[in-house]
Amino acid sequence: MNYLYAAYVATWAIHVAYLGTLLRRYTRLRNEIAEFKGRIEEK
Amino acid sequence: MKRVFPILAVLTAALLSYALYEALVAAPTEQTMGDVQRIFYYHVPSAWTAFILFFVNFFASIAYLIWRNTKADIVALVTAEVGVVFCTVVLVTGPIWARPVWGIWWTWDLRLTLTLVLWLIYVSYLVLRRFSSSGQTPLLAAVLAVFGALDVPLVYFSIWFFRTQHPQPVIGGGGSIDPRMLHVLLINWLAFSCFAALVCWSRYRLEVLRREVDETLALEALLEPRSSQTRISPTGRAG
Repeated sequence: MNYLYAAYVATWAIHVAYLGTLLRRYTRLRNEIAEFKGRIEEK
Repeated sequence: MKRVFPILAVLTAALLSYALYEALVAAPTEQTMGDVQRIFYYHVPSAWTAFILFFVNFFASIAYLIWRNTKADIVALVTAEVGVVFCTVVLVTGPIWARPVWGIWWTWDLRLTLTLVLWLIYVSYLVLRRFSSSGQTPLLAAVLAVFGALDVPLVYFSIWFFRTQHPQPVIGGGGSIDPRMLHVLLINWLAFSCFAALVCWSRYRLEVLRREVDETLALEALLEPRSSQTRISPTGRAG
């Protein structure tokens, strides 16, 4: 049973980790857009 | 489209939960291996999903090579990335199943080795795309993807044409499976396919936005020196 749960937990850990990287990239992009908008408004 | 995504995400989450219930509770226990055989319901659908994503990557790469279409390039990048994630699941769950059943975590069996090679090819594809700043990168990546995709049928048919330690195919190839197990397998495949499609969709939107931002910032950088030229003296020295 331990092997079974290990496999299922590992599967979701991999997917969640990847979704985490997507979220981090998306947040970084939003920050870049906000920063860019700020620069445009200053000008 | 923005309204459709959350609905599809909820439906996919429900389908994944149902598939998990079917795999852990509803599916009959295999007589020889016991409960550890249930790893099969995650391992096999993940492999099939990875293969489909690599095939989409192959066709998108061909499309890019023919038409130099940016959308095709983005689809190729996205499917390679998500395909690597699913292939990683295959390479992790396989050894976890092999340890109690074979008594070893890994063997340099043809199917296992080719799957590892497949994973390495697509990881190198992503490394190329991530760290190469050349304008030729999408072209080189597309060529690599076309050659990389040749490994997919090799992986799939390796257990048909060669004697390997890996179990024989349960669908086709002379294998057989309990209809209830087949039902659970297909439900899990459907759930993982929907999940992969949603992740690809999100990643596609992210990549489109990323490129738009990069283009805008590049344009801004191009315009920036002109405005700073006013600060440069006629001798050419910055004032």
